[in-house]
Amino acid sequence: MADIAFLLNGTPVRIADQPATRTLLDWLRENRGLTGTKEGCNEGDCGACTVMVTDEAGSRALNACILLLPQLTGKAVRTVEGIRGPDGTLHPVQQAMIDHHGSQCGFCTPGFIVAMATAHLNGATDHDTQLAGNLCRCTGYAPIIRAAEAAKAAPVPPWMMIDQHNLAASPIFRSQIPSGGAGGGKPPASAAHHPQSLEDLAAFYLENPDATLIAGATDIGLWVTKGLRGLPKPTFLGGIADLKTITETDQEIRVGAGASIAALRDAMTGPHPDFATMLSRFGSEQVRNAATIGGNIANGSPIGDGPPALIALGARLHLRQGAARRAMALEDFFLAYRKQDRRPGEFVEAVSIPHLGPSGPPDRLRCYKLSKRFDQDISAVCGCFNITVNEGRVTAARIAFGGMAGTPKRAAAVEAALIGKGWTERSVMAARAVLAQDFQPLSDMRGSAAYRLEVAGNLLIRYFVESLGLPTRVQQVLP
Amino acid sequence: MSVGTALPHDAAGLHVTGQARYIDDLPVPSGTLHLAFGVSAIARGSLSGIDLAAVRAAPGVVLVLTAQDLPFANDVSPSAHDEPLLATADVHYVGQPIFAVVADSHLAARKAAQLARIDYAEAPAILSIDQALMANSRFEDGPRIYQKGDPAAAMAAAAHVIAGSIEIGGQEHFYLEGQVALALPQEGGDMVVHASTQHPTEIQHKVAEALGVPMNAVRVEVRRMGGGFGGKESQGNALAVACAVAARATGRPCKMRYDRDDDMIITGKRHDFRISYSVGVDTEGRILGIDFVHLARCGWSLDLSLPVCDRAMLHADNAYFLPAVRIESHRLRTNTQSATAFRGFGGPQGMLGIERVLDHIAHVVGRDPLAVRRLNFYDAPGDEAGASGGSILAKKKPQTTPYHMEVEDFILHGLVAELEASSGYAKRRAEVSAWNADNPVLKRGLALTPVKFGISFTLTWLNQAGALVHVYQDGSIHLNHGGTEMGQGLFQKVAQVAAAGFGVEVGRVKITATDTGKVPNTSATAASSGSDLNGMAVQAAVSELRGRLAAFIAARHQTDASAVRFAGGRVVVAGADYAFEQVVALAYQARVSLSATGFYRTPKIVWDRIKGEGRPFFYFAYGAAVTEVVIDTLTGENRILRADLLHDCGDSLNPALDIGQIEGAYVQGVGWLTTEELVWDDKGRLTTHAPSTYKIPACSDRPGVFNVALWAGANREDTVYRSKAVGEPPLMLGISALMALSDAVAACGDGTIYPALDAPATPERLLWAIKRQRGVA
Repeated sequence: MADIAFLLNGTPVRIADQPATRTLLDWLRENRGLTGTKEGCNEGDCGACTVMVTDEAGSRALNACILLLPQLTGKAVRTVEGIRGPDGTLHPVQQAMIDHHGSQCGFCTPGFIVAMATAHLNGATDHDTQLAGNLCRCTGYAPIIRAAEAAKAAPVPPWMMIDQHNLAASPIFRSQIPSGGAGGGKPPASAAHHPQSLEDLAAFYLENPDATLIAGATDIGLWVTKGLRGLPKPTFLGGIADLKTITETDQEIRVGAGASIAALRDAMTGPHPDFATMLSRFGSEQVRNAATIGGNIANGSPIGDGPPALIALGARLHLRQGAARRAMALEDFFLAYRKQDRRPGEFVEAVSIPHLGPSGPPDRLRCYKLSKRFDQDISAVCGCFNITVNEGRVTAARIAFGGMAGTPKRAAAVEAALIGKGWTERSVMAARAVLAQDFQPLSDMRGSAAYRLEVAGNLLIRYFVESLGLPTRVQQVLP
Repeated sequence: MSVGTALPHDAAGLHVTGQARYIDDLPVPSGTLHLAFGVSAIARGSLSGIDLAAVRAAPGVVLVLTAQDLPFANDVSPSAHDEPLLATADVHYVGQPIFAVVADSHLAARKAAQLARIDYAEAPAILSIDQALMANSRFEDGPRIYQKGDPAAAMAAAAHVIAGSIEIGGQEHFYLEGQVALALPQEGGDMVVHASTQHPTEIQHKVAEALGVPMNAVRVEVRRMGGGFGGKESQGNALAVACAVAARATGRPCKMRYDRDDDMIITGKRHDFRISYSVGVDTEGRILGIDFVHLARCGWSLDLSLPVCDRAMLHADNAYFLPAVRIESHRLRTNTQSATAFRGFGGPQGMLGIERVLDHIAHVVGRDPLAVRRLNFYDAPGDEAGASGGSILAKKKPQTTPYHMEVEDFILHGLVAELEASSGYAKRRAEVSAWNADNPVLKRGLALTPVKFGISFTLTWLNQAGALVHVYQDGSIHLNHGGTEMGQGLFQKVAQVAAAGFGVEVGRVKITATDTGKVPNTSATAASSGSDLNGMAVQAAVSELRGRLAAFIAARHQTDASAVRFAGGRVVVAGADYAFEQVVALAYQARVSLSATGFYRTPKIVWDRIKGEGRPFFYFAYGAAVTEVVIDTLTGENRILRADLLHDCGDSLNPALDIGQIEGAYVQGVGWLTTEELVWDDKGRLTTHAPSTYKIPACSDRPGVFNVALWAGANREDTVYRSKAVGEPPLMLGISALMALSDAVAACGDGTIYPALDAPATPERLLWAIKRQRGVA
């Protein structure tokens, strides 16, 4: 049982009778009778359950269906029922959705409303990106975007800003957060743990290597909602501030494992803009706000989009086991399909990216994510290229792919074929030809093995063509 | 007047505040139980052992039902009684329900359903079209054939004979609200069912059969669905029947909703088709004779496959006059989900077949596809046979469809000309060519395709509707009819019709849930017919009531009822001017009945589906679209740059709702033909069973520039305020996107190879098509 306190539509709630794996969505609908928040897919892919969650870092849209109640400790939740003013006044996005005929069947609408109101609160007007995680089957989206555009200039209603104010004014929530760390008797296996510092976590995990570490729950949430699994010793990492920091030195950008994909994207906008652009297609706004880079790496998925780019950047992974720390090249962490070089009780603490520096070489990283649908899809192939050309010759090459093997993997033979050669179509085509030495991909519902091999090679050509300044991406073409 | 006004959806204010209630949102009595199905893990075989001990022992489980536990009919088929609710001896697809768990929570039921141990004697599954053909696994005794003229002879005399085929994938409905039902047991064995269904009467019928009671013991109510698209025409039967049987057995309310993955694994989808063709044309590209073979994968049970496949045949002509034509349609039985109704109901597949043919012809004769399409259009009605001044008798007889129906209302010549101009088609065609010449990696493509879609249920007796209208003594109006609201705005349109009839504001009309206890024997809200049928039925009821009010008030003023005017919430008669509610109150006190039913049946339609002859449709709805795309020849990635749609809704009942239907249908049609790919593995397991793997269009997939307009023109047939049906026809405007992609692919080659792009045109399919163009496949 979890002991959780948070604000719900402005009112404090305390929950002590729910299992740690209870989702916010189920609790809202079944325990609170707040049925405006809908279940569309129960896996974080449709956005019908979108809620706004506020903490000291700000307000963001999240999927309630894969948000476990203990993750909300000390935060403020606002559902569609709380988007209207207390006196019933409609929020500008609600009025605009009526005026622009943005609802038809209406089932996705509450999720859209919350996502739109959250974006509106944050001043975000990149509607396609903000709403990529909200599926609508009726409207074709055009009227929804018209509504978002129509509402964007309206002032933020005062009731949308009270959560942040109330959180700051209610330190009671802080004091109610159970530490759940090491010591203090033997809690039942299902009890939630909330380590509050890296030291707490390191000590607890060393003693309890069978614990389930939960950061954003965008993957683990599905173990619950689809796998119908119980989670041994669920351990929630959201309270560890040190795990979320992103720090920059002359040598590196160090990204804490608990940094969200959204935070990573913001940090990459300056040094590696193409990585940031790709990260804007990582899941959806709701997923990027929850998912962490540490989770993306530690779960060892062969199709995560973070690792190929980080490997191409020469990132190093920082692991911790108790007091012991070690670091390795990120690509060395991935041993085989879903098998990582991680010891019992060891966790990912951070990933560090070499800093190019203001006087360093220009950023050459390009990230190519291929999927059936442009937004909010899992890559069939993700190819990341970082090739240095000096005086017409390739002097360094780091190329990594997702979706091409059982792990994220470097294209060693292609790199070797390029280094020292002239940066010409001929040498590129020659290097492309050795790709099959690096990869023997599989066929699945996202693409055949032949397509993956073919297109991975074509991405090298794209990199070459782009280096000549020619347009290669359909997004660059204007109507 | 309320009719023709762009009012918002009737529930828009409830939608945006989260107050609109769907079935899973209804407060339920305490003690309500929840159901989940345990399903077959294999595609074909027999059940050799079922051990449910662990299921029964699981926490929260109250009851487990198998086929043996069903007291009466074990059938949820809408047609052939071939679809048991729970499998008996054999299983026919991965996902077929075998048992139902009844537990004290949704989660407990789902968890318990995983615990069954089921042994199967597996048999070789028939999964693909080719396997079904090899095994002669089919519905009906053989193919259905429609024929007009002698296509073989016509082809023998043609300048070119072109042959080809196209694979057309299916489509998951992906209504955002999954299937759900709630059964509330009543006294004396009666049952009230709330179901997310397009067909309440069918639910009533199947529940009554399953409970062994007459239909009058079952009442079905549906206020709204969170999307339907055809997927809730028959696919909700299983949940409603299971809940009713469990409610009868336990005496407690029972609710069932499918988790999304279960929904996609269990329920039927759009039929996938292979359409092959052989067509003879003259040197300009005029079709002289054509032969189609439709191969449809229908899945394991009959469901609605016969009318779906019929409708595909009925749209094999689309907008084109086919002087000699033969269409052969095979309805193949496979061990997959039973393919079912989906917006367009076979029409889209049939129409895509002929659009592919036109595109192929244009390639062979080297002309712009639009010119070839136009060359083959049906004649406009009233085209003069000879010179000017001819009498009516001199007019050409209308051309006939392959099913011998005269096309009397063909408006596409004018509509396409208007769209061609408004979209700048000719100029953009030149710009696309110039752009492609300069760009080696990215290529653009452009296409204009038309739609002519037949309106009416092809099962003629379904073309009827009823309504019930009450006027209360305070002047408020209660509206009910047999149609269901799934987002299309039917309720608002019909309320506008009712308000117009009484000359009052729409706000005076209370829209109420569809209820088999109010209007009986309804047809499914399907075939785009909702407002045509129910609007007319409501109009009839309103006319009756207005007539009574008029007669009453006229008598008080010693005048004739025809002298009474209802407008602006007032009733004017013989110089007197009453508020509407005053007249109502007076009529009530004078003991005038203020409740009436209305009924409508569509005229003119007569149809023999076996011969393929007659008039299956009251009229046609038309439209056309221009889509421009860009493709990346290195990856197959693509994007719609711009779409221009011009669509015919007759005199629109509500232009805002109609435009919403058109925009939404186009994007859904584009999804069907591009990103929405259903994949089954070699064991018959659907591997794309969630939105993580099955990709409906997202926000950024809509066209970058999206111009949508309504064609100005009344329906020539006498429909409700001369409007036209809109639900399905604009889905097929999405065909223009596939043809534009094909055009872009063609730009990668030297013009000698026809792209022959299959659907859905995923990036992978596009890449292979591009490689074929470049001769490196």
